[in-house]
Amino acid sequence: MESIILLLFIFVLAAFLGFELIAKVPSQLHTPLMSGSNAISGITIVGAILIAGSAEGDFGKMIGLAAVILASINVVGGYLVTDRMLAMFKSKKKQK
Amino acid sequence: MSTESLINLAYIAAAILFVFGIKMLGSADTARRGNMISSIGMLIAVVITLLDQQILSYQYIFIGLIVGATIGAIAAKVVKMTGMPEMVALFNGFGGLASLLVGWGEYNKIKALGWDVYIANGINPYFITTVIFLAVLIGAVTFTGSLFAWGKLSGKVSGRAMVFPGQMVINALVAAAVLGAGSWYVIQYAGVNTPVVFFSMMGLALLLGFLVVMPIGGGDMPVVIALLNSLSGLAAAAAGFVIFNNVLIVAGCLVGCSGLILTIIMCKGMNRTLSNVLFSGFGATAASGDSEVEGEMKGATVEDAYYVLEAARSVVIIPGYGMAVAQAQHAVKELGQILEENGAEVSYAIHPVAGRMPGHMNVLLAEADVPYEQLAEMDDVNPRLPATDVAIVIGANDVVNPAAAKDPASPIYGMPIINAHEAQTVYALKRGKGAGFSGLINKLYFLEKTRMLYGDAKETVSGLVAQFKDS
Repeated sequence: MESIILLLFIFVLAAFLGFELIAKVPSQLHTPLMSGSNAISGITIVGAILIAGSAEGDFGKMIGLAAVILASINVVGGYLVTDRMLAMFKSKKKQK
Repeated sequence: MSTESLINLAYIAAAILFVFGIKMLGSADTARRGNMISSIGMLIAVVITLLDQQILSYQYIFIGLIVGATIGAIAAKVVKMTGMPEMVALFNGFGGLASLLVGWGEYNKIKALGWDVYIANGINPYFITTVIFLAVLIGAVTFTGSLFAWGKLSGKVSGRAMVFPGQMVINALVAAAVLGAGSWYVIQYAGVNTPVVFFSMMGLALLLGFLVVMPIGGGDMPVVIALLNSLSGLAAAAAGFVIFNNVLIVAGCLVGCSGLILTIIMCKGMNRTLSNVLFSGFGATAASGDSEVEGEMKGATVEDAYYVLEAARSVVIIPGYGMAVAQAQHAVKELGQILEENGAEVSYAIHPVAGRMPGHMNVLLAEADVPYEQLAEMDDVNPRLPATDVAIVIGANDVVNPAAAKDPASPIYGMPIINAHEAQTVYALKRGKGAGFSGLINKLYFLEKTRMLYGDAKETVSGLVAQFKDS
């Protein structure tokens, strides 16, 4: 039971932290912020790996495999596309 | 030190990197480094997870990682900047589906192994069934909602709001059925009917995602995309509860909250509440009662516009979704440059909800290499507009509709707008004579000072550029 309480505790603190972190973001950065945080939400890849590695039966393994594929697309695609966008923003600043 | 402690320490490191990464994404100078830092956190989390002793075989893990990473890398490489809203929606959906599958996978494991492992560790089965329910529910809504949003954004289904009689009632019934099936599954975790209940719950949750996004029109997409982003984070956090994993909870929750803040910013940009965006079916029907429009829309040719622009000393360009559709950003940048060389002061006025995702116009103009200093936010540009010679509206509609400021009967009354109507002369680039996505008549087009340039935005702008070059 204590471990459950601890998880809830972490959840609540992370929620407050999340609200505090993004107080004021210039609108120029709305898209990169969104796609960058979208890549972070791909952290579910950790859960996918554990399920794929420990699943019982072929069907369970297929579920795990699908989860790993989808989460990796989310993570790799999300980070790369964000970087591509931010590189466009950056190169202009240097020209200035 | 045991492997378990090592893994948990690495998770703490990853969580710290995520926090710094998100923080740095919020500021222009550090954003790119922030994204890299958070990706290093992700790499640490993935690599250290491979050491987990629960893992019995690596075959599927590596196949999945390689296939997924390849697809993701290619998609990120080939996507056009104009296709960015669809891409973000799709990635969101994949993340949501992955979280759903984590919940499903755990359900499957429990079905095979029973509850003994949990009970031996003093974990209440009700807690596990509750969080599996949440992971499946949020993951499913994120997945089908994003899929539908992707269809609308990429034009595979109509971008208009789709409403039908009794829609609210049906949605409410489906939502209630999901909650009912979910609660039943939670309570009857050991019951014989569990598979039936579990899969009905999942099916209904998938249906709910479709139904929720269905009545939301294209112009409200920035809100939906931001909200789905938030949900994909919460789905990951719920999956974290399922497998008792701190890093999923922290990272998922951070994303959930930052997405929610972005959602609120978008709602404020339209002066509407979130529930109004989600449930009003805004823009489904052509609004009636705009009878008191005076005057008529006056067309102009590219040559007419050229003579006025040639003499203009200050020009404000107001881009909207139409610029994205016509992929006119490069031509627009060229026009801006020529106007500057001609001695005019040029700036771009960006409305917070212009386009189909938060920051959409900024991304397109950045791609076209428009200097950052020329991009102005709504609040900065509005005071300057009365002294501006020419405002060029490129495929924007509701964000420049003066009815939002003046007409209390208008559905968009109260929405902050860019005051294009205060400029000395207005040129509006528009594909046809029809109304905007909201079905509202834009009185800006009927003003004495406004001239319409009909046709494809890219062709019109290129035509203007050619006029300048020929002279």
